[in-house]
Amino acid sequence: MLDKADGQIFSGNVRLIHAVGMHARPAVKLTKLAKKFEAQISVRVEGAAEWINAKSVAKIMAMRAAHGSTIEIKASGGSDAEAAVAALVKLIETDFPDEVS
Amino acid sequence: MSETVGIVIVSHSLDIAKGTADMVRQMVGSEVRVAFCGGNPDGGLGTSVPSIIDAINDAWSAKGVAILVDLGGAETNSEMAVEMLEPARRDHVVVCNAPIVEGAVMAATEAAGGSTLAQVKAVAEELSAD
Repeated sequence: MLDKADGQIFSGNVRLIHAVGMHARPAVKLTKLAKKFEAQISVRVEGAAEWINAKSVAKIMAMRAAHGSTIEIKASGGSDAEAAVAALVKLIETDFPDEVS
Repeated sequence: MSETVGIVIVSHSLDIAKGTADMVRQMVGSEVRVAFCGGNPDGGLGTSVPSIIDAINDAWSAKGVAILVDLGGAETNSEMAVEMLEPARRDHVVVCNAPIVEGAVMAATEAAGGSTLAQVKAVAEELSAD
């Protein structure tokens, strides 16, 4: 799922299985998790023109990712970029469980 | 990250204030202190300065308190409540220019990550910037 790109950029792709897509509640969970990491983290719906800051709840809600779409995640900087990608992939993959470690 | 900015919700309607606070607690979680007030002392629509001050005290945090309001009087009464706080605390309370429900959820999400009061306010106000 994860591949180490050139330099310090880590990335991952994950399918959004949440029934209603990236609505308010999943957006809050994704943002809260992203904020736990020092790395800069961006996400986008696969192929979209713009990358969105994963720590901005307003922008994540506004991305309107639909059920079944693929979310691309990339992270760089800090000492935890790789862990950040893994954690976000897991969150989305497991359909935003209530307790996120 | 022991302290997070507190959130106060001030609506003309107690039901809206309570419902907004419920949304914040359910969507963001319990790590952020959320207080709310709404309605006038007779149980009708309105806002009251003493109730707002009580709510600020309930949500108080060393990192400060962000207030989300609905219409006109909620804003002016909130500003008055802030004015009436002791000078040392006054600077740690801001009224956000943001839609009450969306602003409260986004402000609380930002606060949960341990952000400063200025960051919390900026995130709530992102919605009004476009």
